[in-house]
Amino acid sequence: MTAALAVADVSFAYSGKKALDGLSFTVNAGDCTILLGPNGAGKSTLFALITRLYDTRSGSIQLCGFNIKKQSLQALSRLGVVFQQPTLDMDLTVQQNLRYHAALHGMGGRLAKLRIQEELERFGMYERRSEAVRQLNGGHRRRVEIARALLHKPTLLLLDEPTVGLDVPSRQVIVEHVHELVKQQQMAVLWATHTFDEVYPADRLLILHKGQIKAQGSLPEVLTQTTTTTLHAAFAALTQNGARV
Amino acid sequence: MSFLHCWRAMWGIIGRELWRFIKQRERFISALVRPLIWLFVFAAGFRAALGIAITPPYETYILYEVYITPGLVGMIQLFNGMQSSLSMVYDREMGSMRILMVCPLPRWFLLMSKLIAGVAVSVLQVYVFLAIAWGYDIRPPWQGYLWVLPALILVGLMLGALGLLLSSFIKQLENFAGVMNFVIFPMFFMSTALYPLWKIQESSMLLHTLALYNPFSQAVELIRFALYGQFNQTAFVYTLVAFIIFMSAAILGYNPSKGIETRKKGAE
Repeated sequence: MTAALAVADVSFAYSGKKALDGLSFTVNAGDCTILLGPNGAGKSTLFALITRLYDTRSGSIQLCGFNIKKQSLQALSRLGVVFQQPTLDMDLTVQQNLRYHAALHGMGGRLAKLRIQEELERFGMYERRSEAVRQLNGGHRRRVEIARALLHKPTLLLLDEPTVGLDVPSRQVIVEHVHELVKQQQMAVLWATHTFDEVYPADRLLILHKGQIKAQGSLPEVLTQTTTTTLHAAFAALTQNGARV
Repeated sequence: MSFLHCWRAMWGIIGRELWRFIKQRERFISALVRPLIWLFVFAAGFRAALGIAITPPYETYILYEVYITPGLVGMIQLFNGMQSSLSMVYDREMGSMRILMVCPLPRWFLLMSKLIAGVAVSVLQVYVFLAIAWGYDIRPPWQGYLWVLPALILVGLMLGALGLLLSSFIKQLENFAGVMNFVIFPMFFMSTALYPLWKIQESSMLLHTLALYNPFSQAVELIRFALYGQFNQTAFVYTLVAFIIFMSAAILGYNPSKGIETRKKGAE
């Protein structure tokens, strides 16, 4: 089976300083992979490479078997992204924002309408489709962004710290919803976060520090690798300065 | 990537720009107020001071307001091009540019669609301005209103492409003031928008040379001739070549491997 995301020996540097150093991992359909790492670990650079905002100069990234550099259009059509920074147009309504995204993915009017209804209803946002995004609170905006990322039924969903700045109930809705998607639709998810309580027992973990993968696998595997008993302790052991595993 | 996909995406981008423009009424009003002040105040004041001899495409002596109108049309498009550039920088800072850049379409196509959307907005502004000018007795032949459309599209594309190119260089929104000082004002004042070339030559040869080679001068002349039902081939070729150069450079600027964006961050 082709992996939804295959990152092989990827390195990237800014002005001689390595941001990513020989990263290799895969995310398969039905996997929710949580990318944990302190600030400056290289998470945003990795996301910029997967989304082709930057070109991969060393190593390769494949989405559903398509090389992001050489077959970027096929690869990007299978990708849904929620960036850390809000990317909705505040002046437009929820529906207009989603229609714009549907148009960018080549969806016709009828299909777009149907998919917008399905995804907004799933998040309990359909009733608010005619409101300007500016009128929504942070949690609802995030829900709209996730609904938008799912409109074209991507194989891989990238979430770059989507719950930052949200209150606990809003965070919970998003965490539960994404895990439901993985379970029901066998979607592949790569989720960058700082928050340990967003990790479910069945999730795979990828711990990044100073551009290197310090540990990967299920929670029990990571705990065994680090001879710790909690994710907090494992993370601390792996991300302390000079930590080596 | 199918034709239908491109078609839908392009209309999605154009529709979004037009909708934003309609929603932002202040932008529409300010885009009109600027040239109207020039027309009603500046041109009226300089009417007596600046005599305009008979020069093509005009077949008789004309008032200064008549001379300045194509220049003000160019001014609307120049400011609109820079406004598009500003909105690109804003979109990049606000993150919405990323949504555009990660959709499965080639970058050149996305930039071109964005450019066409900006041109559609500027053409709309120009026709409203020309309608007001008509009420002020500036009345080119009616066919001129049709002939000027292709000229407006080409000039809009050229100035929009320049805006795109600049937006790939501008790192932060705050730096945009520099564009005003170093691009818009020199381009506008060192052109044939306000005074004919022969008039500039009388005062300074250097200014004359700069105005002659300024792509904005050629754009204004293309509009001026088209508005009076004439085709200025030199201005057309010059504007077209300038568009191709600016657009190619802008596409290069937004290319993830060769782009200025990654170089700015020192990516290796």
